Amino acid sequence: MKYQSQKVAAYYFYCAMALFAAQVTFGLVLGYIYVAPNFLSELLPFNIARMIHTNALIVWLLLGFFGAAYYLVPEESETELHSPKLAILQLVLLMVGASGAVVGYLFRVHEGREFLEQPLWVKLGIVAAALIFLYNITLTVLKGRKTAITNVLLLGLWGIALFFLFALYNPANLTLDKIYWWYVVHIWVEGVWELVMASILAFMMLKLTGVDREVVDKWLYSIVALALFTGLLGTGHHYYWIGTPGYWQWIGSIFSALEVAPFFAMVVFTFVMVWKGRREHPNKAALLWALGCSTLAFFGAGVWGFMHTLAPINYYTHGTQVTAAHGHLAFYGAYVCLNLAIITYAMPHLKNRAPYNQVLNMVAFWLMSGGMAFMTFTLTFAGVVQTHLQRVNGEYFMDVQDQLALFFWMRFGSGVAVVLGVLLFLYAVLMPRKEVVTPGVKTETVPAE
Amino acid sequence: MSEGLTASKARNIFYGGSLFFLVVFGALTVHSHFYAVNTSTNAEGLTDSVVHGKRIWEENSCINCHTLLGEGAYFAPELGNVWVRYGGRDDPEGAREAIKLWMQSQPSGIEGRRQMPQFNLTDEELDALADFFKWVSEIDTQNWPPNDAG
Repeated sequence: MKYQSQKVAAYYFYCAMALFAAQVTFGLVLGYIYVAPNFLSELLPFNIARMIHTNALIVWLLLGFFGAAYYLVPEESETELHSPKLAILQLVLLMVGASGAVVGYLFRVHEGREFLEQPLWVKLGIVAAALIFLYNITLTVLKGRKTAITNVLLLGLWGIALFFLFALYNPANLTLDKIYWWYVVHIWVEGVWELVMASILAFMMLKLTGVDREVVDKWLYSIVALALFTGLLGTGHHYYWIGTPGYWQWIGSIFSALEVAPFFAMVVFTFVMVWKGRREHPNKAALLWALGCSTLAFFGAGVWGFMHTLAPINYYTHGTQVTAAHGHLAFYGAYVCLNLAIITYAMPHLKNRAPYNQVLNMVAFWLMSGGMAFMTFTLTFAGVVQTHLQRVNGEYFMDVQDQLALFFWMRFGSGVAVVLGVLLFLYAVLMPRKEVVTPGVKTETVPAE
Repeated sequence: MSEGLTASKARNIFYGGSLFFLVVFGALTVHSHFYAVNTSTNAEGLTDSVVHGKRIWEENSCINCHTLLGEGAYFAPELGNVWVRYGGRDDPEGAREAIKLWMQSQPSGIEGRRQMPQFNLTDEELDALADFFKWVSEIDTQNWPPNDAG
């Protein structure tokens, strides 16, 4: 840690990890309700548990992004944060909002659009927190060195805040409601979040591999160009069947098929950087998470997204377990792995130690990723069978679901593996061993950062 | 990565191209907005009752179990065409009664069966919800879903 104010990142990461634990716990409960539907059916109905599962995910990922920004911006800008106090205030605001929302959900206090269930006061709190954040980070960047990484990161974070404003607009006409709802949901995860993802990965490649900044910058701009060129019009793949014009079937199919490109570019980028890199960085676990991130994002968001994005295919698969399969691996690969990568990289610096518990951390990676991959496979099979029985044969929804029981049991099993992986990860990151681990026998040619 | 491409060229392509695609997307959104209002949905049929029905749909977070036009959770049936599935095109009163009866008889409590909560809606609220389902079923969705099963 070169700058004292980077320390605030640690608090963001702690809160992110706490919500991560909550998210997967509720995920496990939901997976269990699928196989034992009477479980908690009065106390915690499926819709309430799912709200907490998805909202906790979104908030902890955002906390991770904010933490990552507070960690890397001072280092990139070569200056202290404008105001660490404001950063803490922002975190308190977000945590009060998040815990208020969760407690409210348990008592059935919520709004009703998917993922945007936060009551209005929480939404306004999120906007206020975002404004504080943007003010703080923008001033930091302006007073220090400007780099491609901070440029792209800042643009992504501004985009997150701006497009969130559409969450406040809820027209009575359902088709209009859905058109603008996707402005938040799609343009976040398949647009501006990719900017955040690419810039954090670029920062990690710079630190972990020691490749020249010029090379990293070129990759970074090329990747984010691909992301927005395809992702903006790629929104069209959500405009097939909601009352929007038929031309979206062409535009959505073509551009969303191309959305694979930025994810593929990120795979090539990370692997080429590691291959070309001169540096033997001691934090092998962080490198594993970073490579795992680009690879699993390519499969989850890219390949699994492409699988059902063409309109003639989506006509049959839309809103089946195929979508669930894609959603799980895409979020895990692109954004969960990204956050766990930067947390794994930054925590030793924030604690002022050499990288620790690396083997445990790497075991956690394989357990979590193996679990998520298996979950994706089971849901994909469930979705394909569902598509055939329900959309082709016309059997009724619940009759079809009963025939999918085996897949849902296997999904629950994979969920258990994921939760164990998460617990292992939290232990590895939060509980440094007393003795410092020495980083093997390889000699380092370039000092690690 | 080709040698001719420098970081600053890549940056300019990124900014210029993104702006271009943002403008195109914005223009298509405006067109789609008017298409939705004028062509694909029944703007005049958007009565107070339908709007109330949508609010009830939201207040009870139906979307976190059901899908509506394919979006939502995948735990319970698609409801964008529930009106059609219940025969509302031929017998609107019968469909309305069937939907209301279904809502009133939940949860079933049957062991091993997915449970829908009891939302304790008044008769007027149930009517509004049914009106909302009817209105949604009339949206021109490019013939989605493929069949009545939803």
